[in-house]
Amino acid sequence: MDPSRKRKIRLVVALSAAVLLATALIVVSFSAGTSQLLPSEALAQKPDERFELGGTVVDGSLRDQGGKLEFAIQDPNGSARIPVVYSGAVPDPFREGREVLVRGELEGGRFVGNDMTTKCPSKFTAQ
Amino acid sequence: MEVVLPALVLAAVIALLVLQPLRTPSTESASDPRADLEAAKEAKYREIKDAELDFRMGKLSEADWRPLDAELRGQAIAILRDLDRLEGRRM
Amino acid sequence: MSSADVGTAALVVGLGTALYAVGAGAYAGRTGRREWAASARRAIYALLGLLLLAMVLLEAAYVRSDFSFELVAQNSSTDTPTFYKLTAMWSSQAGSLLLWVFLLSAFSSAVLFLTRRRLREIAPYATAVLGGVAAFFLFLMLFYASPFATLGSPPVEGSGLNPLLRHPAMMFHPPMLYTGYVGFTIPFAFAVGALLKRRTGPEWIRATRRFALVAWTFLGFGILLGSLWSYSELGWGGYWAWDPVENASLMPWLTGTAFIHSIMVQEKRGMLRTWNVSLIVATFMLALLGTFLVRSGILDSIHAFGESTLGKPFLIFIATVLIASVALVVSRRSDLRSDARVDALLSREVFFLLNNLVLILICVVIFWGTFFPLISEALTGTEESVGPPFFNGIIAPIALVLVGLSAIGPLLTWRRNSFSLLRRAFAVPLAVAVVTVVALLAFTDAAEGGLALVMFTLAAFVATVVVQEFWRGTRARRTMTGEPPPVALSRLVGRNRRRYGGYVVHVGIAVLLLGVAGSSSFNEQKDVRLEPGETVTIKDYEVTYREPTVAIEDDRSGTGAPLSFGAVLDVRKDDEHFTMRPARNYYPSQSEAMGPVGRYFGGEATSEVDLRWGLKQDLWLAIQPDLRKLKGPIRRGNELPERFAGQAIVAVARHYADDPPPAAFRAIVSPLVVWIWLGGGIVMAGALLALWPSPEARRRRVTSLYAARLGRELSRA
Repeated sequence: MDPSRKRKIRLVVALSAAVLLATALIVVSFSAGTSQLLPSEALAQKPDERFELGGTVVDGSLRDQGGKLEFAIQDPNGSARIPVVYSGAVPDPFREGREVLVRGELEGGRFVGNDMTTKCPSKFTAQ
Repeated sequence: MEVVLPALVLAAVIALLVLQPLRTPSTESASDPRADLEAAKEAKYREIKDAELDFRMGKLSEADWRPLDAELRGQAIAILRDLDRLEGRRM
Repeated sequence: MSSADVGTAALVVGLGTALYAVGAGAYAGRTGRREWAASARRAIYALLGLLLLAMVLLEAAYVRSDFSFELVAQNSSTDTPTFYKLTAMWSSQAGSLLLWVFLLSAFSSAVLFLTRRRLREIAPYATAVLGGVAAFFLFLMLFYASPFATLGSPPVEGSGLNPLLRHPAMMFHPPMLYTGYVGFTIPFAFAVGALLKRRTGPEWIRATRRFALVAWTFLGFGILLGSLWSYSELGWGGYWAWDPVENASLMPWLTGTAFIHSIMVQEKRGMLRTWNVSLIVATFMLALLGTFLVRSGILDSIHAFGESTLGKPFLIFIATVLIASVALVVSRRSDLRSDARVDALLSREVFFLLNNLVLILICVVIFWGTFFPLISEALTGTEESVGPPFFNGIIAPIALVLVGLSAIGPLLTWRRNSFSLLRRAFAVPLAVAVVTVVALLAFTDAAEGGLALVMFTLAAFVATVVVQEFWRGTRARRTMTGEPPPVALSRLVGRNRRRYGGYVVHVGIAVLLLGVAGSSSFNEQKDVRLEPGETVTIKDYEVTYREPTVAIEDDRSGTGAPLSFGAVLDVRKDDEHFTMRPARNYYPSQSEAMGPVGRYFGGEATSEVDLRWGLKQDLWLAIQPDLRKLKGPIRRGNELPERFAGQAIVAVARHYADDPPPAAFRAIVSPLVVWIWLGGGIVMAGALLALWPSPEARRRRVTSLYAARLGRELSRA
């Protein structure tokens, strides 16, 4: 086999492999992806599967019920809000007024969550 | 603007430092490759030594090593010749 | 005239100096006039001086708690320990920009000084590029976030450093990362210079190779520090969360690792030239992206784009540099053709290329997963995110392939390898691997770990290959010189530092991944609520909540926390018996709305984890006290006049100590975690060995020997 043909074959193999891997990546990520929704979107779409609810913890809404936390999440730029019942580990930076992402499901009018990420208050400002 | 005064002072000092070379235009050519050739020579010596080590360690067969060593040494000689030519010496 | 004015002046003059370096460097590059190159070089030195002045002024302001400086007021206070006062400088946006450009000017000065007699064609353009990058950061500081911004009416007390950052690892983490990012700018600048001047040989690589390695080492160390901090300080007990910010620092490290390997191919065989310049461009882009992602909020919060004011200019800068670099590479592609062809598939070149491809693949997966929220929103309209299961699931098997490649690579030589010689080299490591697998299956429950079992075996394989390389090398040297083994070994390593340093790094990575595999496949975590006296069993530990602890103005961790609630836990394992004391530190909030006592519990709270590390496994404990019963005492304390606040707090604390409610505990037993840090240390040691320059005298002696030999042969030829 002459070298230029060898090179062409290698190129075809490499490109096919790349396309294959890219397709696999796309398929896996979309199937493994969890939607991130704001309260307004969640209320509009009413998804019946697990998703991430994100927004600001409403000041004054936090109640500690022992094993569970109850609070409300509000759209950062709007007024839609959803009450949350949370029973997972609470990250250190969690506080009223901070932005959080809670993973769970919408049940009735409430969001039941068991995993949370709190956005680190900007490292670059106090508070 | 209380920034202006220190800025002017700093700028003056910097200008003195930075513009000094411009007062004596250099007669050296832009490409004096002596230091670059020295670096290439060192790299070539390292290659020769690496090849010998690989052979002695059993990664290269003698049949593979001999021609490689000869080729690398030839390249090293060429570099040395270039260096000598730069210094104006004749061998 | 205050020192803030002098600082601003330094930045203004700095911007002018950097722009001058761009102009003078470009002019020198075009015309070849040496005096302009020297002038541009001096401008970089001058920039270093100016930025050093700015740093000193800012640090001095922190140390004397000068709250007229906005940064000092926001990030420090009179009661912040001095160490944290000094390091608080880079916890702020403006301060970290200053640190970045200071490091850039330092590294640029170093490389320009070291290459002042070499690379005369490409150094001037490199100077221009370095000046340009510095100018961008100075521009950001002067027009968007100045470190020398002052407050008209300075507050009496500063806000203090965010308690989450009050940890030595967290203070060294940013400078380490920035040294890494800045370090990769150097080879990038020289690559651009080489492309502009069409001098695409190995010169630019040889001159900047050490800088790339230094950058790689510091970046890796910074990443490691970050994960160590996450594990030992944060309340979740893990060391890596595939968080966008973490990923942003890992990606340039991966492409940097690929770069360090592929430049060897160019040095030895003149191949992969296009690949190398593209790779360093990508690494620099990712380094800028890493710097920018931390500030922009683009991935942290939903639907927020360019939340910080720096977002837009950074993005424009990155886009501009990317487009310009790609255009440059494409326009020079005829100068980037390889010198040679691949001789055989079984060769070091091919395996380095495979290594590169695997590293790039991992980087692409991480990039995709990190930006998936934006990608999915663009494609489907809904923001979706992927989490650790996605990253771990895809990257773990690929990492195994990488370790496997790192075991085979050292056994190969350039161009072509004899299969029979290789077989002989594989014999012992393969045997050790088989023995390892059998032993693990027979004597441990490692089989339940799946991929972890493969990782353990590969680690044994890698270690054996490397030990064998040291042994074979020593033996080879002894046949040449007849030295006794210890001398031969030390001289072998001393004269082949790159090679043997690299092998040590491979072992370090294998050990590190071994720790990762062990701790992720075999760990156990329990979240429980315990009353005093209750016990929880985790793995082979029995943990009993003995009693609560309260500390006032007595912070064990040295962060200045005024209030600390914790617990004493008795732990029993077989015949071992020890205590652990996790706690929670409370830092008061600045807001008055919660009352003089309430604000202590409304501010930040950090977990003071207690960690008992061991070679076999770690026991990690964190506590989250239940403060609901204290609402009464806190309210009563709030009603008292301010001057009784101290006593009220003591009363609240005593209330907690006397009548403790059940507390939430998180207990994690992670096997082999400490091997991650040990592996990291081995990597650092190997990198140091590879970086260490050989003494001049030894080189000259060897040189003259060879020169004499060659001279003799020349005269004969």
